[in-house]
Amino acid sequence: MNVHVNDETREFPDGSSVADVLAELGAARRGVAVALDGEVVRRGDWTATAVPDGARLEILTAVQGG
Amino acid sequence: MTDGLGTDGDQLVIGEHKLGSRLIIGTGGAGNLSVLERALVASGTELTTVAMRRADAEGGSGVLELLRRLDITLLPNTAGCRSAAEAVLTAQLAREALETDLVKLEVHADDRTLLPDPVETLDAAERLVADGFTVFVYTNDDPVLALRLEEAGCAAVMPLGAPIGTGLGIRNPHNIELIVSRAGVPIILDAGIGTASDAALAMELGCDAVLLSTAVTRAQDPERMAYAMRSAVTAGRLARAAGRIPQRFWAQASSPPR
Repeated sequence: MNVHVNDETREFPDGSSVADVLAELGAARRGVAVALDGEVVRRGDWTATAVPDGARLEILTAVQGG
Repeated sequence: MTDGLGTDGDQLVIGEHKLGSRLIIGTGGAGNLSVLERALVASGTELTTVAMRRADAEGGSGVLELLRRLDITLLPNTAGCRSAAEAVLTAQLAREALETDLVKLEVHADDRTLLPDPVETLDAAERLVADGFTVFVYTNDDPVLALRLEEAGCAAVMPLGAPIGTGLGIRNPHNIELIVSRAGVPIILDAGIGTASDAALAMELGCDAVLLSTAVTRAQDPERMAYAMRSAVTAGRLARAAGRIPQRFWAQASSPPR
């Protein structure tokens, strides 16, 4: 299935959870937050939340700024 | 700061947070983390902003680890957001990522001025307050809007002195005084500070704190400028409390007449 991760289309196995996608991307670390189709997915829900085909995933972290 | 002159225990209280330093530093613009670290330590800051950006696979920039090691409270911002909806989602992601209810709300109207969009900012402020955030709101130096943002429940209102990164200082000191005179929440001068006298002026006008970044991080010697800003904020705060002499048109002799 295809998932739009930070506006880049990537392929993941069907039935992947948010946790699976983050692990695949090497982004499952402290200080990262995820929105699935515009809604925040809490860290505790990453494993239980399935990512549908064609979903938009935003993965953010803190950087120097402002 | 221990100086015996009345700034001991002079805490800045914002929502449930108490800060011993009235200088808030932004981490943007620093060449590298060791320069940033020396500047942060020299500034004495206890609250420092970070921006939220898309994560890459390599990992963070190390700024979070630095701030945690220095025991500095994080103030995530919504810089780069153009609408209330974007700013609200960014704030929610920051809360999730950093485990804090603090947010510096900023909604920029365009890239050339980076001026705050007042309509989107007020809308986002109302939504974030309703969602339980402690909102520090970046706003224009508009006394009417400052009151509206306070009424919306913002914990601190942060008028600009001049557009972000310009170093033009406080372009309309009277507006800042008007904002301060009617405020029931802390007023933090945000953006436009170029050098130490600008920070001192902000405090003399009655601001409760100053937020700055590039004035320090892009100075030729960031560590030295950070210390200058810290001293200026303390000096301005003391001068405000001490009560300045009135300005006069004609001279008034300070020596006794013969």
